[in-house]
Amino acid sequence: MKKKLIKTSIIIFFLFITIVFFVGLNKSSIYDTKDLVGQRLNNISLDNFNSDLKITEQDLKKNNYSLINFWASWCAPCRDEHSFLLKLNNQNNISLLGVNFKDKKDNALKFLEELGNPYDSLARDEFGKNSVHLGIYGIPESILINKDLVVIKKFIGPITEKDFDYIIKTIKR
Amino acid sequence: MLSNLGNLILFISAFISLSIIYISFVNLNDGKTVLRKKIYQLCLFQSTLIILSFFVLVSAFITSDFSLMTVYQNSHTLKPLLYKISGTWGNHEGSLLLWLIILTIFSFLFLVYNKDHPKNYRLYTLITQNFLIIGFLFFLIFNSNPFSFLSPIPKEGLGLNPILQDPALAIHPPLLYVGFVGSSIYFSAAISSMLSNYSGKPFALSIKNWVLISWSFQTIGILAGSIWAYYELGWGGFWFWDPVENASLLPWFAMTALFHSLIALEKRNLFYFWVIILCIITFILSVTGTFLVRSGILNSVHTFANDPSRGLYILLFLCFLIFTSIFILFKKFQTNNYKINSNSKETFVLINNWFMIFYLVTVLLGTIYPIFTEVLTSQKISVGPPFYNTVIIPLVVLFLIFMSIGPNVKWIRDNFKNLNLLLKILAASLIINFLIIYFFKSYSLLSNFIIISSIFLIISTFLDLYKYSKKKLFNLSRLVSHLAFGFMILFIGLNYNFSFEKDFNLKLGDKKKFADYTIEFENINLEEFKNYKSVVGKFNIKNYSKNLNLVLSPEIRIYENPSTLTYEASIRSGLLKDYYITMSNIDRSEFYNIKFQKKPFMMWIWISVIFVSIGGFMRIFRNEKKIN
Repeated sequence: MKKKLIKTSIIIFFLFITIVFFVGLNKSSIYDTKDLVGQRLNNISLDNFNSDLKITEQDLKKNNYSLINFWASWCAPCRDEHSFLLKLNNQNNISLLGVNFKDKKDNALKFLEELGNPYDSLARDEFGKNSVHLGIYGIPESILINKDLVVIKKFIGPITEKDFDYIIKTIKR
Repeated sequence: MLSNLGNLILFISAFISLSIIYISFVNLNDGKTVLRKKIYQLCLFQSTLIILSFFVLVSAFITSDFSLMTVYQNSHTLKPLLYKISGTWGNHEGSLLLWLIILTIFSFLFLVYNKDHPKNYRLYTLITQNFLIIGFLFFLIFNSNPFSFLSPIPKEGLGLNPILQDPALAIHPPLLYVGFVGSSIYFSAAISSMLSNYSGKPFALSIKNWVLISWSFQTIGILAGSIWAYYELGWGGFWFWDPVENASLLPWFAMTALFHSLIALEKRNLFYFWVIILCIITFILSVTGTFLVRSGILNSVHTFANDPSRGLYILLFLCFLIFTSIFILFKKFQTNNYKINSNSKETFVLINNWFMIFYLVTVLLGTIYPIFTEVLTSQKISVGPPFYNTVIIPLVVLFLIFMSIGPNVKWIRDNFKNLNLLLKILAASLIINFLIIYFFKSYSLLSNFIIISSIFLIISTFLDLYKYSKKKLFNLSRLVSHLAFGFMILFIGLNYNFSFEKDFNLKLGDKKKFADYTIEFENINLEEFKNYKSVVGKFNIKNYSKNLNLVLSPEIRIYENPSTLTYEASIRSGLLKDYYITMSNIDRSEFYNIKFQKKPFMMWIWISVIFVSIGGFMRIFRNEKKIN
């Protein structure tokens, strides 16, 4: 009886492993955020830069369009895109949410003081964990979403003139 | 043309395998005591054909015949000859052909070298092995065909990943495969041993050398990969706990456990079923490793193209192996009540095995855990060095102590005669450790333990060497391997604690001063090579207090086929330490990121591992000598 139990459990153990392997095969293990476009963002909870409050989905739903921009003071290309972000700030159909990524608070403030603050709201992701949930793997990156929090486009690298034109065209539609 | 030839050979090989299986079954029941001559001929023919098909593929790579898909995807006319050849096994399809070569050659050699063993045992081994061969041949022909034809024929190939264009990596796969795939033969022998009821000492003798061969090659193969990672991946480490490294380490643990248990089986007729289980586990782990790497289920530095159908085939094959072996094992398994004295060599063999199994389970768990969390909870996680280091390193201390005592314990029953001596050795190790701390620097408690225990092993093995050198016939191979293992741990411990690393940004013409070092970025050159361009930096490194003055030239290489940037470390290897420097460009800035490292005893870590494996080879030759 005992012997049978051991035998059965060994077989079940191996069966379990092979089934997990089988299911695992059909899941892509490559970390890719291409699929993000067209998906709806949910469970957003970012730390507000200046207070203990959270920035959530409700805040983003208020605007027709939002651009979530991930940046840091130590990131050189972030400087390049800054002028475009400032120009976007003048548009009234879009709100800019800046996520300060793995940065020191003082340096971040200095950066904004020097170049200007384009953001309507500012969040802070000290350890870069929340950004990862949003599919970020390096900065600068930006995500353009609409009112329903559906991702329209993802920009990897700094926002360029072309990207800027694309955003303007999208929000004026 | 080559495509047709290659395919034809593969089909004939599959047919021969089937014939071997058929004739072997006929031979089993024909009442005679000898093997038919035809079987030898077929086996020889089979391995010759597979080698031939391999050379067909090699020649396709050399002549850059892009009508073959594999060649097109992994080669380029501008590649140096050596890497055209090594490109043959630097890809999934070609490396499977290498698998087959080893499967068939081992099958033939095992047949030839075990003439004194009973007919049934040899035939069943051959049959099992040929099932494996057919499994892989079908996989090769129908799923991963290296000879698949491409039309229209492209003018140029896509090129081999530049980080694989390297001498250490050219020899790494063949070495490792002898280990990995070599384990197939004792898997087959184990299955056959159960089917033909051939156990005990003769069985142990028949597989002993095969285990040692695969183990020794596996050790060297892992080393070649490690050395490559050290100078190519550019951050100065030599072991990353990457899933693929783990995949090569898992069978190594099983093999190590296996050949220690084999000694007990040979000398005392103990642990027969345990040996069988280890034989099976070793090969199954090798195939599991292949599955993990080739299916793309895990991410790692060894990213072969991701293809689920490939994974599915290996998984099916793996399933077949596992469940057939379990079925046969359950059928034949008998419980034995061994009475083993707790102070006997038998116990120490078991202790070795417990440790190996513990390491094996730890590494296996860490490797496949991410798959489980992803499948069961849809969470992506990765298990990194902290897990392995925390779980594995503390136990190495105990392991080294047992390793020092074990070999001198007698079979059946021993007494604690040499307790006094052990205490003296321990005292000596403590003293040496504190001398290191006193003259150089202090390190963590765990490092203390590691270094003390490794010195303990080294001294006790040296004493054994002295003691045995008075006798004529003694076991030098064991001493060499154990001693080298002790040194390996010692040097890794010292390397870990005495490494020095500095990371900074520097612009052309600037100097950086820290500790006693001055590093000057003297100039930068663009050089053109056959298949890449290279940005070469020249750095002057000075240390006045040590009278050091050397020039290192790290590179940033720009490959065009496929277009890739690689960062080449510049290393000055010395007997006592390596100086290691890498540079990388920073986008849109004139600064370069420089990483400077001083790494003591690197050379000795490599040499130790070489000697660990030499011990294995020595044992093989000693076994051969004893037989003659």
